[in-house]
Amino acid sequence: MKDVIYADTLPGGKHWSLVMRRNTRLKLTDVEGGANVGMLFYNPLNLLERYNAPDTLKCQHTFKLTTGHCLYSDMGRVFCSIVSDTAGWHDTVCGNTTKAIVARKWGETSYQTKRNDWQQNGHDGFLVEAAKYGLGRRDLASNVNWFSKVVVADDGALSLDPSGTRAGACVELRFEMDTLVLFHTCPHPLSTATSYPRKPVLFEILEGAPATAEDPCRLSAAENGRGFENNRIFHAGCCAGGR
Amino acid sequence: MVKESTLDAATALYSQVVPAGDYWMHIVLKGETLRILDLEGNQAADTLFFNADDPAERYSASDTIREQGNLYLSAGTVLLSDLCRPMLTITADTVGRHDTIGGACATESNTVRYALEKKSMHACRDSYLLAVTENEHYGLTKRDIGHNINFFMNVPVTPDGKLTFADGLSAPGKYVEMTAHMNVIVLMSNCPQLNNPCNAYNPTPIEVLIWGEGA
Repeated sequence: MKDVIYADTLPGGKHWSLVMRRNTRLKLTDVEGGANVGMLFYNPLNLLERYNAPDTLKCQHTFKLTTGHCLYSDMGRVFCSIVSDTAGWHDTVCGNTTKAIVARKWGETSYQTKRNDWQQNGHDGFLVEAAKYGLGRRDLASNVNWFSKVVVADDGALSLDPSGTRAGACVELRFEMDTLVLFHTCPHPLSTATSYPRKPVLFEILEGAPATAEDPCRLSAAENGRGFENNRIFHAGCCAGGR
Repeated sequence: MVKESTLDAATALYSQVVPAGDYWMHIVLKGETLRILDLEGNQAADTLFFNADDPAERYSASDTIREQGNLYLSAGTVLLSDLCRPMLTITADTVGRHDTIGGACATESNTVRYALEKKSMHACRDSYLLAVTENEHYGLTKRDIGHNINFFMNVPVTPDGKLTFADGLSAPGKYVEMTAHMNVIVLMSNCPQLNNPCNAYNPTPIEVLIWGEGA
């Protein structure tokens, strides 16, 4: 039971948003290789509940995100689980390109000269999407950067590992509660590409089955079992009528 | 990088001991230097900074580590805001490494990390929420509680991408010092965590000291 409800391709350097229903799935595909997808999550019922990267990393003792991991809100609940991932390593600490970073790396462009081939940045993309829901700069947090493998040397030096990317890599998220998703396809801020990487991303919304008692994400850590229990309690008492 | 301070505690304009489990919210003016002193060792000082003249601008962990190209904070680190502007520079540090990706404990995250029954135990984010509510004149709310610095905590990443909570590098009397580039509101929760071996299950007081510009 994995029917595609909707499929679309977001060109590189663009932004969009959508609300995912509980138990539906969002599958992202790096069509050409070299893509980056910045993503943030909010509870549409209480926008003050939002994705928390530190909580997500420390409760699973991980720096990278991949199959089996859960993405947590600051309220101890799981927005979504990574049910499959052929990329293997995604970043959630490096944030976004800004207008200044894009200008420094790839030169200044404007809408006036380039029209829709201007070089947009992830930070401003999030601002536009956030504002559609009454959110602003103060509501942004450390985002996920899908398809970007950031490694840490012994001394703490950060670098984007180009071996982490390839055409056709895909990651599939199962939503464990209704979730507002903001995303952009602007380059990773540590990109060393010589020209602005404009990489499209296929995104598909799929029907899917709820997590079972034996679900690998639920069982990947005792912490995730407790996160799922927090979701169960939320839905038991939730005015949204979720079951 | 370990770097000793040249400042003398006797010349500080301000000093205050912050008991474990309390918050400390205070304005440090542009040019002033703040020292955070780990009195008994391996105590987490969970710290946020806001631009006092426009509190919507705040410390940003992701911008800070990305722009310095390094995950760990130490002497020489420039603490950046979400607008990528310098807020403070770490000018002295006798620990050598501080964490900014581990976040602050919350009652809710305690339920996930430890047990559902832990939800009534005191946590840093309770202190933050009380602080912004008791100090409404700053205009801060829950939405402003971003990702903090954990002064004195050591959270190294392994080559295969695991996060480890290593033995602390701090010890009684170690400190970190930073000079402000703008007027900043410092919001610190002296962590009350009783479930984590990083502080030997024993939260302890820290001391904060402030020197004037050019001290």
